[in-house]
Amino acid sequence: MSSLSVSRPNSTPTPGITVRVENLSIVYRTTFEKVPTFKSAITRFGRGQRAIREIHAIRNVSFDVPDGTFLGIIGSNGAGKSTLMRAIAGILPPTEGRIEVNGRISPLLSLGVGFNPNLSGRENITLGGLAAGLSRKEVEARAEAVTEFAGLGEFIDAQMRTYSSGMYSRLAFSVAVHMDPDILMIDEALSAGDAAFKTKAAAKMQELRDNARAMFLVSHSMASITELCNRAIWLEKGRLMKEGEPQEVIDAYNEYLKVGASAVTLEDL
Amino acid sequence: MRTMSTDNIASRAEQENQFTTTHHVYEPHKAGLPPLQSYIVELWRRREFAAESSRAGLRAANTMTFFGQLWMVLNPLLLAAVYFILVNVLAGGGRGLDFFASLTAGLFMFYFIQSSMSTGAQSVVGGGKLLLNTAFPRLLMPFSAVRSAWYRFLPTVPVYFIFHLWSGRPFSWATLLVFPFIGMIILFSLGLASLFGALQVYFRDTTAFLPYFSRIWLYMSPVLWTIDDLDGKFLAYAKILQAVNPLFSLLGGYKEALVSGTVPPLSVWVGAFLWSTIVFAIGCLFFMSREREFAVRL
Repeated sequence: MSSLSVSRPNSTPTPGITVRVENLSIVYRTTFEKVPTFKSAITRFGRGQRAIREIHAIRNVSFDVPDGTFLGIIGSNGAGKSTLMRAIAGILPPTEGRIEVNGRISPLLSLGVGFNPNLSGRENITLGGLAAGLSRKEVEARAEAVTEFAGLGEFIDAQMRTYSSGMYSRLAFSVAVHMDPDILMIDEALSAGDAAFKTKAAAKMQELRDNARAMFLVSHSMASITELCNRAIWLEKGRLMKEGEPQEVIDAYNEYLKVGASAVTLEDL
Repeated sequence: MRTMSTDNIASRAEQENQFTTTHHVYEPHKAGLPPLQSYIVELWRRREFAAESSRAGLRAANTMTFFGQLWMVLNPLLLAAVYFILVNVLAGGGRGLDFFASLTAGLFMFYFIQSSMSTGAQSVVGGGKLLLNTAFPRLLMPFSAVRSAWYRFLPTVPVYFIFHLWSGRPFSWATLLVFPFIGMIILFSLGLASLFGALQVYFRDTTAFLPYFSRIWLYMSPVLWTIDDLDGKFLAYAKILQAVNPLFSLLGGYKEALVSGTVPPLSVWVGAFLWSTIVFAIGCLFFMSREREFAVRL
């Protein structure tokens, strides 16, 4: 699905495994400037400084996701959850390690998937589907179902700048689940929908459990993790802290939050 | 022995449907460039996205204005009128319809190149969340920008032909030679759009600086003047410009075929070919070698 994937002659899919992450590390090199400009580049050069800082977003993480896994990912803000999802989706290249993916991945579903606010909801559905690699026919075949599920009525033909945040996330969710992905990736995208839509979305996700091969769910709502997932991992500062049954992992996470993140406990792990 | 043979079968099946398969392996890239063959195939497979994105952008662009899509023709006409007056004032009058036809031919094509460059520069940074959440060959973004520029250029073609006929310019077999030049100009624009699209990610000032750059470029190109107009001192500079300014051969050959209906000399063909392919190759390769980093730079 992704242009960035490397198909090697000696690379064969591991049977029974949807996603395999091996010794994955991701290091960003980024600047702390809000907006990089010539001026700051020149003044920096004059002072002989380098603005680049390395951020270790993921540190040596390994895990397997067998077929049929609904994986919940929990952790504090900045733990590397979204980075991990983007790496699996093929958007961010690994700095070290290897990721194997067997299946068609939905676009990463996070708040505001990549909608252009100047276009109508309908146009955005088409664009999103085409970018994700569907053909025009496939997109057209799904457009009606997407529209209906999102329940936006006549707003579907209005520019998306006029949408409320709830309508926005309803459309985003609807687009992602109707792409028939083998692997569904959801990044805290449901927080803005109202109660009625949340119930509808939860029902749809239960339905997807039967069809999709795997799902990744990033959420701060422990209730949705226990309800929807059959496995969970907990990330902290880029490290994999625990992997196992959702309740087990959540308990460990809650325990950790009570103790507080001291440098000692981190080093021990 | 048996394991080896199953391995072979599996890998053969893998290669067979290399692009319909859903098996991906992501590994660190030291060399920068993604695997070119699969990149190009993916790029082609998703061309509909580039087309749709440019179409939607064009639709959205003029919906808030009173004249709407009419601006596609009004814009270049007003522009040509402005430059016609400017050149006439500077030359002390006496430029007629004949000159106007030649001016519009060059100016409209120049604005295609300039608009490819400026929308191309915005394309990646303007892509925002789509780039963060969906994996696709990023070159689609600047290419889509060039498509938009091309559709803004098309309505100006009939406008030019009105002036062409009105001023009694000839049509001949050589007029058809504009097509290879148009092809080379498009190739050149694709390269420029990619180059500036990638640059804008690193230096957000690029788009602020571009309007001045392109205006100077316009004055340095044989659009508002022709080499025959030049005398004395500037002629020496023109010789240098001829070598370093790609538009001398690209726009020169285009205008010669279209406006005068003559066959451009070989040197113009060679120059145009070299400039377009080299700029295309550099722009695309630079873009591709950088595109994996865009997601962390946005």
